[in-house]
Amino acid sequence: MIELRGIVKRYVLGEETVLALAGVDLHIGRNEYVALIGPSGSGKSTLMNLLGCLDSPSEGHYILNGRDTSSLSEDELAAVRNREIGFVFQSFHLLPRQTALQNVMQPLVYRRMLPAERRKLAIEALTKVGLGDRLDHRPNQLSGGQRQRVAVARALVGQPSILLADEPTGNLDSRTSAEIMALFDALHAQGQTVIVVTHEPDIAAHCRRTIRVFDGRIVEDTQNPARAA
Amino acid sequence: MNVLGEAFRAALASLNAHRLRSFLTTLGILIGTMAVIAVVSVLQGFSESISSQFSDLGSNTLTLEAVNEQENFRSGQINTLSFADVEVLRYKVSGISRVAPIISTPLRGASYKGRNATPQVLGATEESQYVLNVDASVGRYITSSDDKGGRRVVVIGTEVRDELKMPENPVGEFLLLGNEWFRVVGLLEKRGEIFGFSQDNRVIIPFSVARSLTGIFDRTFMEVSFTVTDLTQIAQVRERAIRAVRTNRRIAPGKDDDFEIKAADSFVKQFEQITATATAVLAGIVGISLLVGGIGIMNIMLVSVTERTREIGILKALGATRRDILVQFLLEAALLSLLGGIIGIVLGLLAGMGIASLIPNFPPAHVPVWIMLAAAGFSALVGVVFGIAPASKAAGLDPIEALRYE
Repeated sequence: MIELRGIVKRYVLGEETVLALAGVDLHIGRNEYVALIGPSGSGKSTLMNLLGCLDSPSEGHYILNGRDTSSLSEDELAAVRNREIGFVFQSFHLLPRQTALQNVMQPLVYRRMLPAERRKLAIEALTKVGLGDRLDHRPNQLSGGQRQRVAVARALVGQPSILLADEPTGNLDSRTSAEIMALFDALHAQGQTVIVVTHEPDIAAHCRRTIRVFDGRIVEDTQNPARAA
Repeated sequence: MNVLGEAFRAALASLNAHRLRSFLTTLGILIGTMAVIAVVSVLQGFSESISSQFSDLGSNTLTLEAVNEQENFRSGQINTLSFADVEVLRYKVSGISRVAPIISTPLRGASYKGRNATPQVLGATEESQYVLNVDASVGRYITSSDDKGGRRVVVIGTEVRDELKMPENPVGEFLLLGNEWFRVVGLLEKRGEIFGFSQDNRVIIPFSVARSLTGIFDRTFMEVSFTVTDLTQIAQVRERAIRAVRTNRRIAPGKDDDFEIKAADSFVKQFEQITATATAVLAGIVGISLLVGGIGIMNIMLVSVTERTREIGILKALGATRRDILVQFLLEAALLSLLGGIIGIVLGLLAGMGIASLIPNFPPAHVPVWIMLAAAGFSALVGVVFGIAPASKAAGLDPIEALRYE
């Protein structure tokens, strides 16, 4: 489903060119549960941005669901993000002035979906993450764990191909972290493809496959022993 | 529509989140719009009342009158129209109907039962009713048979009646004008004042009578109003009339006319021109104030875009295109200044009414609906124009950078 071929990403910083990714080849199939790990500066974030279609590679091809996204325009990438990618961020990134329901409905706005339909799907998604009774709460009325659940619901509402989580538990205590990871486990069990970017071994241990990035390259790609559910 | 509706909702929510700031931002637009509506309402109210007072002079009416230079008055060689000039218009120029000569007689002084008044005494024919747009509210107007028969009858203005303490219905009473007795046959409708000059302090006698009476004076001040049957031919008719009158007055080719044919509404036109100029100057001032207001909006919107960088990053991550973001911010700017504009219009109307009611005898304020719509539309446009820079800044943000923004 995800096919990276010879991905190179360079950044120009002033007069210096930084090579963030130095030729990455990667295949991730449907319903995989992948941990992307590596120290900061390893190119892990760059890889995630590319996987999330927030950025385009300098070289190489990124084929997502059979479509080469490397040469898409900014607006075409926006459409791909909208349909194929569900983002979960470390600091939740909810819209502060909107209710949980409005936050979850937001991605569907860009699909030109009718309000009634948006509402229905958003309520379903929030119910799925256990927040069916918090629809009209604003982010500041919710706990950290609840906020991240809203973010997960927002990521899932459009039924994306990939759930892409960037340090999803970084701002949570261990108990809520466990809750969120349990939620990811459950989603994976339901057939969702999940990619988690993390530096915590505990979190990575939830995943079935671990990809370690270092110095702009994939240095390790291992299958984890299946965990007991 | 759906997306626009959503952007509209988002824009409103964002304005609502910073109410005080939104209000202060749009204050420039508000004050500018308020100023224009206040002044326009006063000016238009004034102009409206002038126009309605003059609209009685139909636009198809032309008036022939003699022209005198300052020099003529000094030397006593005063030009006047002759009765032959009237005949020329009546019989020798085509496309003319209702030739209404009006003599402004030098008669001064009207007496009734020992009381005196000094009305303007006009000699006129039946047709003058349409030119002066007067009618008798009681009794009748001068008729052509009055004129033909040289009857000593008079139609009087209400002020004359009141000054002479005549009965409420003065018809049938006798009035001394100069040295002649006239029977009152009608009372003119009350007209009020134009620029402080009463339109009711006058009496009208048959033209032929006035003519014979003024024969004893050496000068006759007369003007001739006439209507043009086909309004589209007004310029040609005017040309023909000028040529005929020149011939009649034996003005040699190359010499200037000693008379003038004016459109009866030329005064109104002149006045409208003045108000139009005033409005244009005003529009310029308002344009500048809206420009300043617009810059204020641009400034705050730029700040707002910076503040909301991360929010924009989130929206982009969720799949918002450049256009989605652009529309949302443009709409926000437009809405901001439109709200200022609308509040400004309301306050401006109130201010206009206040000003008009403070000045005694001033006509009530009046603002045409199109001015209000234009003001609202223009303020929204200012928002859009000055929203372009901030909105494109927002739309152009790199999602990765924006998400990282603290």
